[in-house]
Amino acid sequence: MSPTLAGILFIASLLLALALCHKPLGDYMYRVYTGTRHNAVERVIYRLLGVQPDSEQRWGVYARSVLAFSIVSILFLYALQRLQSHLFLALGMEPVEPALAWNIAVSFATNTNWQAYSGESTMGHLVQTAGLAVQNFVSAAVGMAVAIALVRGFSRKKTHTLGNFWVDLVRGTIRILLPIAFVAALVLVAGGVIQTFADHSTWTTLTGGRQTFTPGAVASQEAIKDLGTNGGGFFNVNSAHPFENPTSWTNWFEIFLLLVIAFCLPRTFGRMVGDNRQGYAIVAVMGVIAMISVGLTNWAELSAGGTVPQAIGAALEGREARFGTSNSAMFASATTLTSTGAVDSFHDSYTALGGGMLIFNMLLGEVAPGGVGSGLYGMLILAVITVFVAGLMVGRTPEYLGKKIGAREIKLASLYFLVTPVLVLVGTAVAMGTEVGRSAMLNSGPHGLSEILYAYTSASNNNGSAFAGVSANTVFHNTTLGLCMAFGRFVPIVLALALAGSLAQQAPVPASVGTLPTHRPQFVGLVVGVTIILVALTFLPALALGPLAEGIR
Amino acid sequence: MSTHVLESSSQAPTPKKNGRVGGGLLDPKQMIRSLPDALKKLNPATMWRNPVMFIVEIGAVFTTVLAIIDPSWFAWAIVVWLWMTVVFANLAEAVAEGRGKAQAATLRAAKRDSTARRLKSRDDHAQWDVIGAAELQQGDYVIVEAGEIIPGDGDVIDGIASVDESAITGESAPVIRESGGDRSAVTGGTKVLSDRIIVQITQKPGESFVDRMIALVEGANRQKTPNEIALNILLAALTIIFLVATATMQPLAIYSKEINPGVPDSLALTGDGVTGIVLVSLIVCLIPTTIGALLSAIGIAGMDRLVQRNVLAMSGRAVEAAGDVSTLLLDKTGTITLGNRQASEFVPVPGVSEHELAQAAQLSSLADETPEGRSIVVYAKQAYGLRERQPGELSHAEWVPFTAQTRMSGVNIAPDSGASGGDGREVRKGAATAVMKWVRDAGGHPTDEVGHLVDGISASGGTPLVVAEKGRVLGVIHLKDVVKDGMRERFDEMRRMGIRTVMITGDNPLTAKAIADEAGVDDFLAEATPEDKLALIRKEQEGGRLVAMTGDGTNDAPALAQSDVGVAMSTGTSAAKEAGNMVDLDSNPTKLIEIVEIGKQLLITRGALTTFSIANDIAKYFAIIPAMFAAVYPGLDALNIMRLASPQSATLSAVIFNALIIIALIPLALRGVMYRPSSASKLLSRNLYVYGLGGIVVPFLGIKLIDLLIQFLPGMS
Repeated sequence: MSPTLAGILFIASLLLALALCHKPLGDYMYRVYTGTRHNAVERVIYRLLGVQPDSEQRWGVYARSVLAFSIVSILFLYALQRLQSHLFLALGMEPVEPALAWNIAVSFATNTNWQAYSGESTMGHLVQTAGLAVQNFVSAAVGMAVAIALVRGFSRKKTHTLGNFWVDLVRGTIRILLPIAFVAALVLVAGGVIQTFADHSTWTTLTGGRQTFTPGAVASQEAIKDLGTNGGGFFNVNSAHPFENPTSWTNWFEIFLLLVIAFCLPRTFGRMVGDNRQGYAIVAVMGVIAMISVGLTNWAELSAGGTVPQAIGAALEGREARFGTSNSAMFASATTLTSTGAVDSFHDSYTALGGGMLIFNMLLGEVAPGGVGSGLYGMLILAVITVFVAGLMVGRTPEYLGKKIGAREIKLASLYFLVTPVLVLVGTAVAMGTEVGRSAMLNSGPHGLSEILYAYTSASNNNGSAFAGVSANTVFHNTTLGLCMAFGRFVPIVLALALAGSLAQQAPVPASVGTLPTHRPQFVGLVVGVTIILVALTFLPALALGPLAEGIR
Repeated sequence: MSTHVLESSSQAPTPKKNGRVGGGLLDPKQMIRSLPDALKKLNPATMWRNPVMFIVEIGAVFTTVLAIIDPSWFAWAIVVWLWMTVVFANLAEAVAEGRGKAQAATLRAAKRDSTARRLKSRDDHAQWDVIGAAELQQGDYVIVEAGEIIPGDGDVIDGIASVDESAITGESAPVIRESGGDRSAVTGGTKVLSDRIIVQITQKPGESFVDRMIALVEGANRQKTPNEIALNILLAALTIIFLVATATMQPLAIYSKEINPGVPDSLALTGDGVTGIVLVSLIVCLIPTTIGALLSAIGIAGMDRLVQRNVLAMSGRAVEAAGDVSTLLLDKTGTITLGNRQASEFVPVPGVSEHELAQAAQLSSLADETPEGRSIVVYAKQAYGLRERQPGELSHAEWVPFTAQTRMSGVNIAPDSGASGGDGREVRKGAATAVMKWVRDAGGHPTDEVGHLVDGISASGGTPLVVAEKGRVLGVIHLKDVVKDGMRERFDEMRRMGIRTVMITGDNPLTAKAIADEAGVDDFLAEATPEDKLALIRKEQEGGRLVAMTGDGTNDAPALAQSDVGVAMSTGTSAAKEAGNMVDLDSNPTKLIEIVEIGKQLLITRGALTTFSIANDIAKYFAIIPAMFAAVYPGLDALNIMRLASPQSATLSAVIFNALIIIALIPLALRGVMYRPSSASKLLSRNLYVYGLGGIVVPFLGIKLIDLLIQFLPGMS
């Protein structure tokens, strides 16, 4: 079987699996978020938290709840890391440095999982499990809650309330993420991923040498790492590690896990707004962008630019031989198209244009399909902006799903759209403009610039993957990247919730033939076009001096 | 006095042709006339209101300073074109305003030096004093005679006159204004051509219709409409993004230059990064200057297009709302039908010939001056060749007028009269029950057949008039509401635009349904009272629909005020005019449809030019990025797909294109993009094709063409 055919089969089987899950999982999530009953475990949690599960929140209260929860999470994670040597299960690890601890705390609470450290040599079981693994669940559930709140903005009418954040958070964690992650962990264990609380172990490597390392509850963390589009691996080399991702088959399964919720949420959206076609349109936009990206990345990698790749037929440096070029490219695309940031190959080793595509995937705002929840709300914002321009062109005040996009709505959507580009560009410019920022680059020339651009793109978009060419564990980068992660996560969330609040108050305008239809291929094409063109226009200067300068010869 | 208005209205082609909204053409002379105004607008105090163009102006000032410090042909060429960009943008606005100013000038002429003859008392038409028109108070009575200008807005309370309203409507044919009824309102500044009328002034001083019109056409208190505000926000966001994108490029550029020490400094890139001149050029090319320059002109021109159609919108908001309307309420009479029922058929009972019935019908209607009566005479002549006789021709004829009690009219002809062959005749026509009773009273026995005929006509939406002779029913006249030509097509268009039309009528449901079916409206409201109308509007609005309606009577005022777009007829009462947010000077209710189209066209023009503006950026990047960086990274020359001659010519070409496209699009902004009523889907496809795809392709061609021309200029290599 040729590598191309194998790659196509790999992608096609993924698509098929995702398509099969789309309806059942989407419908299940619809029932989770619209149901009125609370199960016993949930009632206990609500009582412990002191939450009235049936009280509804206005957008401001909802947003404050998100922020309060996230700030407490960050403080808790920070404290846990700083105090780990005084607590149990530390495996003798020292307290984490303040700047790094801040970076890690923000990173995990924002669903970024940027890792400027090696997990196995920095923290013990307690931090990994009670701190990071818990955040892997709840930070993902926060993203889903915000997405659902925005969808409620579209589906509700003449109300000020968007649901209850605590209920959405708890249900997302307990009814969606936990059960799927549990099954997924079992599947991964079956596939060869380790799951143990043993101390240091020593293994014989392929070359016959002996190696000592810290094993752990890898499979369970791996499952939620992918399912919750977190990306923070147990081991530093993440999914390239043979105990995290042993075979081509587990590689397929991990890609599936990191795409599955984000690709099914549009169905939930369609159900909630009472028109499944709207959900199909959104998932089609995600799918089209993803396919274009995967196609181009594969082309860049397989067409083998450069001397060495030409000699051996493909760009193989930095890839695990058990995955190969195409499957690695698929993983890399999936991890950057979502906000995962897990890696099974060394992105710094990608061809200039292939690596450029990975940066571009994140620059899109991670909307195809994006992180769990964040992908959907990001995509809906883009749809709102598209509707605004296109809606004017049909001669009506633009409306999406019956809600008018007026001055307030477009202000919030525009601000949302502004946040990450400003963070990425200003962050990159500051890093490139300062000696301390530049000193982290391992490569010179345009590739070094790409490394810095990648780092700030990844942090601001809450991806968390690294080009890995940067020595990111410096006070400067830990601090600035931490700020990018925090602003890149919470400012858009507040804006999305404000938009939801504004939309929920409106009475819907009934659709007529004079209304712009938002379920047809025409609209799908339009959103794809607007997204790609706006992002390309915003970042072309930076991309030109990085990946394009390196890649076009 | 009215020549100017007529000129400008003849510039504007007749509003409706092939279902398209037309608009004024652009006169190059107008551009030159507006140039001083455009230059005045360079004042930063006014410029900052347009943030996009204000940034261009700042850039122009900045590059001017740079060019003075370090002069070169290239720098000065950029400086000149950046200033031109700002001036062109101001010109667009000035031209749009200029058209309004010309109209305002003629309107002012009508206001100037008019005096009023104020009556000392309402009933004494012989005593008056002469005062200035501006001194008139609400409630004053003035007398106006042939040749005089009506001094203020008011209602005719006595007399009838023909009035030349061309100063306001541009229509030269005089109109009749008379006391009582719905044609009693007169407008200040119009001229009485014949007879004498007494007018009660209804305006407050300084708030006349003409005053308001002057303010409107001048755009004096023009406020940004909701949609314009929203679009401005989006444009501001795009501007910020491109500012950030270009500003943050600088450290990256410095780094790139630094790691390629062998590359010499150029006019575009030095060790300090991209030069100020090129950086400003890039910013100006990327920020949405095209739409930013034309946005206010589009708004002003939209109002102007309404004025040219003799509609005064009291706010831009109303014009925009017109584009969003999803329900149109149309009065049956005068809007959908010609206004009066007309005879369309004579149906005789068995044993009577059609000709005989026609003759009797005609005879009974000769003295009947109601429109229905006239139409019977006309129909009898057209269909049966019966000569129209004057009532005076028949001696000994005694005309029986219609009264509410008898509910019939007719004629009694004395037996010895020659006209009817010696026999005396009594002929009546009228409501079925009344005429039948008259026949029975005279000893006749009408058959059931008459009842069937009457019911049949009623069921078809017509009005039956029974014609009878003493003791004998002759037949039935079928009076029909005549639907105006082309209404069905208009309503079909509306449906394609997603607008529901509802006919409002006082008729019974049966009649209403028949006419609704014939006219092709979507729905009807029969036996409608003003309260029903208001309730219907509220119901539609609760469902999230915007409602438009026309009205002229005082009892329409609540509904006009409630509707989102309320168009009052100029002939209507002051109350109606106050309640509505538009006034139609032609008092043509059908114009509502055009107003909707103009509202839509306004929004489409904005959307289309925004799309065009953003799409343009692609080509500009392809021109300027290689110009800046191909020296350090030769590979990037591959992006120079237009093969522009040099970095300087590429940058200058992009800037020139950016400026010229504004001028090129002024006519489009003023006229509005072509609009044909069709579904949203089709409209979008078409506009995307023209302005999206066109917006991508046109600048590639334009920049290449400009580059071919300017590459030989000094400083371009």
